Amino acid sequence: MTRADIYTRLADQFGDSIVEFNDESLQRYIRIEPSGWYAIATFLKEDPDFAFDSLMCIAGVDRGPKEDQMEVVYALFSMTHRHKITIKISGPRADFHVPSVESVWRLADWHERETYDMFGIVFDGHRRLKRLLLPEDWEGFPLRKDYQVQDYYHGIRVPKIKPKKLTP
Amino acid sequence: MRDLRTEEMTLNMGPQHPSTHGVLRLKLRTDGEVVTSVEPVLGYLHRCFEKHAENLEYPGVIPFVDRCDYLASMNNDHGYALAVEQFLDIEVPERVEYIRVIFAELQRIASHLVAFGTFGLDVGAFTPFLYAFREREMILDLFEMTCGARLLYNYIWVGGLSHDIPPGFVEKTYRFLEHFEPKIKEYNDLLTNNKIFIERTADVGMLPRDVAISYGVTGPQLRASGVDWDLRRDEPYSIYDRFDWKVAVGVDAYGELGDCWNRYYVKILEMQESAKIVRQALDNLPVEGDVHAAIPKKIRPPEGANYFRSENPRGELGFYIVSDGGTTPFRVKMRSPALSNLGVIDEIASDWLVADVVAILGSLDIVLGEIDR
Repeated sequence: MTRADIYTRLADQFGDSIVEFNDESLQRYIRIEPSGWYAIATFLKEDPDFAFDSLMCIAGVDRGPKEDQMEVVYALFSMTHRHKITIKISGPRADFHVPSVESVWRLADWHERETYDMFGIVFDGHRRLKRLLLPEDWEGFPLRKDYQVQDYYHGIRVPKIKPKKLTP
Repeated sequence: MRDLRTEEMTLNMGPQHPSTHGVLRLKLRTDGEVVTSVEPVLGYLHRCFEKHAENLEYPGVIPFVDRCDYLASMNNDHGYALAVEQFLDIEVPERVEYIRVIFAELQRIASHLVAFGTFGLDVGAFTPFLYAFREREMILDLFEMTCGARLLYNYIWVGGLSHDIPPGFVEKTYRFLEHFEPKIKEYNDLLTNNKIFIERTADVGMLPRDVAISYGVTGPQLRASGVDWDLRRDEPYSIYDRFDWKVAVGVDAYGELGDCWNRYYVKILEMQESAKIVRQALDNLPVEGDVHAAIPKKIRPPEGANYFRSENPRGELGFYIVSDGGTTPFRVKMRSPALSNLGVIDEIASDWLVADVVAILGSLDIVLGEIDR
């Protein structure tokens, strides 16, 4: 299926949850509402015409304090039909909740934890949502654009790197 | 034995443990000798590569990419360079493509040799390790004569290579292949078909096909489960579609598909195939040509985002790059193959003995530099 076909079928089924279909950018994507994500994810995986059995990657993106938006990007692939689609979900930086798809694609387990670790995006319904790479008592979320490194960690000074630019 | 219930015990394997291949801690819950659950604790090598990348210009990210998977730096460079080039929509000269493939495949052999040697060490065979490092040394010599470095090369750049191959490289690589190809039989005699080795690895830690796909297990570990899938053939990038080679898939010679032995054996088969690719690339290498494409001094990809994936010795290495039109990436996400492969360990190592966990971990061929980034 082409990306446009996938969009048409999804729009038929889940019209309310679909915000936008971008067909012009280098990587075409479908933007959806967070609330509908779990149902759509299950449908994308289970439906024999889609059969998106492989989740390639989950990436968080912080658009910066000016835009006040954060995104989670899911790159999906079907081993059976060999088609791809990119799903984007956006929300406010302060309090961003996305339904967890950890039970749909097991890859999401660690990748959602990593995204939570780095951005503070909360995945509702995840069974063990805790930091993956950083220590549990670390403060802040490093990949946010306005992240400030804490001064001390257990009495040890944390080295500071001066970034060339923090916000675009 | 499993009917006798004893008290559960938590056992820490690592962070300093010879079989964790780096600094990794596994929290094992054991019931006697039987492991009931495995919880990996990661992050001992975390350097936040992705934050660094946001503060560097596009070409400046490459040395950092090198240091992620330090056993397959060339493949990482290759993947990143291709990701940015696809974004910029530029083509590199023929000669560059061939040289890149030669280095990527030599690196794949070198990486698999380490996997082969250390897997032997994990299950108690010391000698294969010495054999593996003998051949790996020759590959490192080839890399050293080309770019001066033996581990972290910074050789494949966006739009080309840092410099051309030195005189005598082609002949020396031919000589290496001549030497290397018969050695595969030696490895098979030494380890692959060794009775003790088979007892330790065949029918241990089976990973079924659909579980592997759901966990995002890729590379030799996925092919060992019988999935005939290789990005080099199925989503051809660079010039992989020009060579005649086969995708190595697991065989049911000694045990079921997807066991530790298969995960090991696929790597041996892949070394053979990589040697074939290198030989063909050397045969067809254009003699003349520049090793730099005509790219602007300042790299500014158009606004947007792109996910590009390539086949690393450990699996699918993806780069999700977001650009805001500037000279530094807005966001770089590295989809690390070893992280996704390690995620499956609780699923396949539960209900096995503690000694089998060592074999299962070894067969997953992880590199902690890339898991923790």
